[in-house]
Amino acid sequence: MHPFTYVAPRTLDEAVAVLEQHGERARPFAGGTDVLVQLRGGRFDLDAIVDLKGVPEATTLDLNGSLRIGAAVPCYRIYEDSAVAAAFPGLIDAASLIGGIQIQSRASLGGNLCNASPSADGICPLIVHSTVAVVQGPQGERRVPVEEFCTAPGANVLGRGELLVALEVPAPDKGFGAAYQRFIPRNEMDIAVAGVASALTLGEDGATIASGRIALAAVGPTPLFAAKASAFLAGKPATPETFAEAGEIASTEATPIGDMRGTAEHRIELVKVLTRRTLAIALGRAQSNR
Amino acid sequence: MTTTADRPAQEFKVVGSRPIRHDGVDKVLGRAQYGADLKLPGLIHGAVLRSPYAHAVIKKVDVSRAEAAPGVFAAISGDDMPVTAPKMVDMVEEVTNLKWSSQRVMAHGKAVYRGHPVAAVAAVDQNTALEALKLIEVEYEPLQAVISLEDAMKPDAVIIHDDLVGDHLGEKVSPTNVAEHTRTEFGDPEAAFAEAAHVLERTYTIARAHQGYIEPHSSTAFWSPDDKLTVWTTTQAPFGVRSNVATVLKLPLSDVRVVPMEIGGGFGGKIGLYMEPLAAMLSRKSGRPVKMTMDRKSVFDATGPGPGGQVTAKIGVDKDGKIVAATADIRYMAGAYPGSSISAATAGIFACYKVPNVRIDAYDVVINMSKTAAYRAPGTPQATFASESLISELCEQIGMDPMEFHLLNAAEEGTRRPDGPVFPRIGNVACMEAIKGSDHFKSDLGESSDGKLRGRGLATGYWNGGGNRSSVTISVNDDGVVSLVEGNPDIGGTRTTIAMQAAEVFGLPAHDVHPTVVDTDSVGYNDLTAGSRTTYASGQAAIEAAKQVVEEIKKRMAMIWETEPENVEFEDSVFQNKVAPDQRLTFKEAAGKLGQTGGPVSKTGTVNVRGSGGGSFAAHLVDVEVDPETGKVQILRYTAAQDAGKAVHPSYVEGQFQGGAAQGIGWALNEEYYTSPDGVMQNSSFLDYRMPTALDLPMIDAIVVEVPNTNHPFGVRGIGETSIVPPAPAVGNAIADAIGTRLYQTPMNPSRIMEALANKRNGQNGH
Repeated sequence: MHPFTYVAPRTLDEAVAVLEQHGERARPFAGGTDVLVQLRGGRFDLDAIVDLKGVPEATTLDLNGSLRIGAAVPCYRIYEDSAVAAAFPGLIDAASLIGGIQIQSRASLGGNLCNASPSADGICPLIVHSTVAVVQGPQGERRVPVEEFCTAPGANVLGRGELLVALEVPAPDKGFGAAYQRFIPRNEMDIAVAGVASALTLGEDGATIASGRIALAAVGPTPLFAAKASAFLAGKPATPETFAEAGEIASTEATPIGDMRGTAEHRIELVKVLTRRTLAIALGRAQSNR
Repeated sequence: MTTTADRPAQEFKVVGSRPIRHDGVDKVLGRAQYGADLKLPGLIHGAVLRSPYAHAVIKKVDVSRAEAAPGVFAAISGDDMPVTAPKMVDMVEEVTNLKWSSQRVMAHGKAVYRGHPVAAVAAVDQNTALEALKLIEVEYEPLQAVISLEDAMKPDAVIIHDDLVGDHLGEKVSPTNVAEHTRTEFGDPEAAFAEAAHVLERTYTIARAHQGYIEPHSSTAFWSPDDKLTVWTTTQAPFGVRSNVATVLKLPLSDVRVVPMEIGGGFGGKIGLYMEPLAAMLSRKSGRPVKMTMDRKSVFDATGPGPGGQVTAKIGVDKDGKIVAATADIRYMAGAYPGSSISAATAGIFACYKVPNVRIDAYDVVINMSKTAAYRAPGTPQATFASESLISELCEQIGMDPMEFHLLNAAEEGTRRPDGPVFPRIGNVACMEAIKGSDHFKSDLGESSDGKLRGRGLATGYWNGGGNRSSVTISVNDDGVVSLVEGNPDIGGTRTTIAMQAAEVFGLPAHDVHPTVVDTDSVGYNDLTAGSRTTYASGQAAIEAAKQVVEEIKKRMAMIWETEPENVEFEDSVFQNKVAPDQRLTFKEAAGKLGQTGGPVSKTGTVNVRGSGGGSFAAHLVDVEVDPETGKVQILRYTAAQDAGKAVHPSYVEGQFQGGAAQGIGWALNEEYYTSPDGVMQNSSFLDYRMPTALDLPMIDAIVVEVPNTNHPFGVRGIGETSIVPPAPAVGNAIADAIGTRLYQTPMNPSRIMEALANKRNGQNGH
């Protein structure tokens, strides 16, 4: 491992300055559960890692109708906050799924997003919650919808000197429900072969879907927002038939490869099944949120 | 749970009890010293540069820039290795080409597997060594990698070793990638098939699978200025390492001392040499002790898993379901050098059955992956996946219950094993009866929830186990506690099981025998901790030493009591003068009187146990639930029955049954080397090499069957390996029962199950 400097800034400006100075030779650092492993594995060399855990904006978890999750907030803080857990069960599905307890004590949803793995468990639930990524850089702040944040496996929209500060999750509408499931061959300690997050908002009648969002993990170069399947849901009855059809449509939006974790054919089937299953869970949550 | 098939001939006080293991406290508190824990004055750290190619000519290696880097003490390449000329030598586990044994640990001229060491450095710390590797210049000329049986065996195959001379049914053949083709024949299988009521033949593919021991390999060496070499290493075979290091480095045997460190799992994978000679050469160059520890990726890429391969098996039965003939064609991929346990596969594939007519062909084939090694019952789980899956399918076809089929055809005392040996008293039928009598067997499969499919599978398995050479020294302390010195690294609780056998002779509690595993200069020769031999054979050395101690103390008591030694009896830990019965001393009292009667008592028991370890048979029963929408398999219930002869420490015996079952379930469901066409393993981490975790397994019920082994004074059989033999076919048979179609390939992972289900819907069978 190439020797690197550990920097622990106290303000966003300091963090941006260090990142700008080093460019691609520096990376922000939250839990380190990806970046340290990748460093040791020789994926890249760095001159500096910039620890965000001393930066207040990156470490606050703020629920005020909407939810603001600092980029360095570890998963356990999200699922152990009972108010957050009650309001955002679809996010908790992911926060309590990533790694084991030790990893969850370090890993953050922000880091999960920046790592930009196609199979990330944290990203699809953020997408179906219409989450916005708050980015700080030398030119100030900009806001990026999460579905536009990842650009390729391991790559994201952050430019020189930019870092993710926080994730802003809108307050769920009445009648909103979301869920995430992944498929793994074992019962734990695995990377998703495929994952699906689904969200729907029930209309006034409690039986019709006013709007829905579906996002797919590990079946494309980035986590995918399934636009067609999402659009299909609007105005449809919240029934198993609708969910099954949404799954069929979502499967046409997936572009999986076959690899050591599963075949492309298997992944297509999993998108159908998991879309169906997550929509059914989302419906249950939507009904209890009316 | 223990079942005793026969009334035990002996009553035991210590053997059969469950004392806390002698090494337990150190291990629980983290004080036990494993290979990587070693600290020595002046210790420096080595790192290995490994070939990124599975097959490449090495045109040039230049370590000069690395050697000149700050903090670097020494650098070596293949040019520094003492032996490069071909010569056949006995490398303890096998007779092989010394050139290959040397080149396997450090490439010279050619890299023949991905991860093949090409150079090594030693530096002030690990990171400096790793950074220095980047300064080594290597020029490769990549060659076509041979990574399948098909590519290795085709007529115009790329040849991996120009100097490999194959033995094909006694004929010398070169060039070839087929190192050996053997045939075992008995009777006339073709004639028997012609007259059989039903014949079934199938071909099975088995994936290469790694032992997955938690502790990566770690070796430290110090080459003293007087050319004496000390090696501290994590190994199952300290005496084997001594001999092989001496051979590869051209040192006199006794100038090498090997200190076996505590071992974090081996399963056969820690027998061969890996970094020991490299650390030694780096130490010789630097004058410092050098420690080398693998990372997990190197363990996967460059150590020896069990071989993958292909097995075609054929069985014919008469109208009653009795086997009339069986044949098999076993082809294993040995990796980059020959030696893939095809003889054990030949011995094991039909061992559970009476087979009057048999022919077994076996091929040992080299490919461009790291050389395979022993992995728990080497070669046998692969072959048994074929035979036990075939029998299950055959039973379906002839409408016979698999349990009844097994009982009808079961090998028993006097049955000729297909490759020749005649079984002594064995527990094959007793294991089947134990399963048949279990709650699990009698239970209903139950209802599935959410449309999941349930199935039940049965399979049997066999491993012979070995004996061979062991030495144990026992010394009596004044307080009546005895120290026991042995040379077998303790993988499965063998310190305790060896000590318990000595304690049984003395009539002492297990904890009054203090066992220590020592280095190769401190105890007589011991064969390796492998082959299910340690408790069985080293236990006999301990019994022998203990008996000598008792005889010696009898003489001392005779001196005190002024009688003849024949008059002194020893029973229930008491010495007694049978002429004057009031003259009696306990073992502990007698121990305090040794100083006055001739000095300390210390005796060594040596054995060379010939022939079989008795053979341990097993029968496994498993229930699975399959989600037909995702292909996921959940193991619901698992019962393993196996013959232990006499379980010295039943908890450890149960642990061996459970551990082997867990590993075999991994083979069945997910474990494989997922390799690119150019021979690069893609899943070389525990994240993607999917071994089962505790969350994937139910509590495995272990039924200890005890049919005493006539070859051991207490009836003990070696039991460590058989338990990995039945799981893959048992799980496969359960999956077939659940989903109504069969998989002919391990691992039976979710993608393959979905494919099998799709094929079934399209009316296709997978074979």
